[in-house]
Amino acid sequence: MKELSLNILDITENSVKAGATLIEILLDEDERTLTITVKDNGCGMTEETVKAATDPFYTTRTTRKVGMGIPLFKMEAEQTGGSFSLVSKCKEEHPVDHGTVISATFRKDHIDCIPLGDVVSSLLTLIQGHPDTDFRFCHDKNGQTVSLDTGELRQTLSDVPLNCYEVIQWIKEYLSEQYSLIS
Amino acid sequence: MKSLAELQAIKEKMKNKVVLREGGEEIRVVVGMATCGIAAGARPVLNELVEQVEKLGLSGKVMVSQTGCIGICQYEPVVEVFEAGKDKVTYVKMTAEKAVRVAEEHLKDGKVVSEYTIANYQA
Repeated sequence: MKELSLNILDITENSVKAGATLIEILLDEDERTLTITVKDNGCGMTEETVKAATDPFYTTRTTRKVGMGIPLFKMEAEQTGGSFSLVSKCKEEHPVDHGTVISATFRKDHIDCIPLGDVVSSLLTLIQGHPDTDFRFCHDKNGQTVSLDTGELRQTLSDVPLNCYEVIQWIKEYLSEQYSLIS
Repeated sequence: MKSLAELQAIKEKMKNKVVLREGGEEIRVVVGMATCGIAAGARPVLNELVEQVEKLGLSGKVMVSQTGCIGICQYEPVVEVFEAGKDKVTYVKMTAEKAVRVAEEHLKDGKVVSEYTIANYQA
């Protein structure tokens, strides 16, 4: 991927497909590292699937839909000397608190670290395509934060969908404005 | 600062429009947004299509949505156009610039931009 924000978009699409109603996208950044976490309350994966998910050449029928997205994200983190983790609780074994947490830490000073890129654009794409899913976004950069909670917006909007053009534009400006204040 | 009050105003404005819109679209535009599509540049294509549909005043007529892997990863970014009573049109190797032309000529004026379609690449 050319930008890590594209990996965020890709990984989060998996959460949507897992039937998540709430997806948290958390970026934790300091001078030297960036940690990206995507946490959902979707159907989760069995232990076996979790193992297979990071292997691009594991191609049984059940994991075909997992594909290259997770291995790519893991490789991009590890090539900077960073780390990757994937923890999941499947619905069958954890009927109440099921879901998946994917987290990757990047060493920003490493020559192979891919730039974060346009996170706002990825968020807008997710909201445009999945207006009924709730997204909580928080980017902590050296103690300053940019955040968005679509659940809050939904309360104000009631039956107006989140992906109507005017709302998407508002979210775009809302986030861009917050970024302009911290960078 | 952007405020929730502005959002409230959008809500009031949209109230009537939403009822008018629901299910009324004649054309469905689908962008492949799996790993293959995203890596190849589907995000700017999708965002440009959304922008153009609004700019050209087509929001009541055209719905832009997303899907997973369409199965022709080597041709990504792929955009499919579905219209009742017509054959599906598959645009391949799309860019934001090409999306502008597809919106103006195909979505607005009904003329398929054949040089961007898959038939043109497979021939």
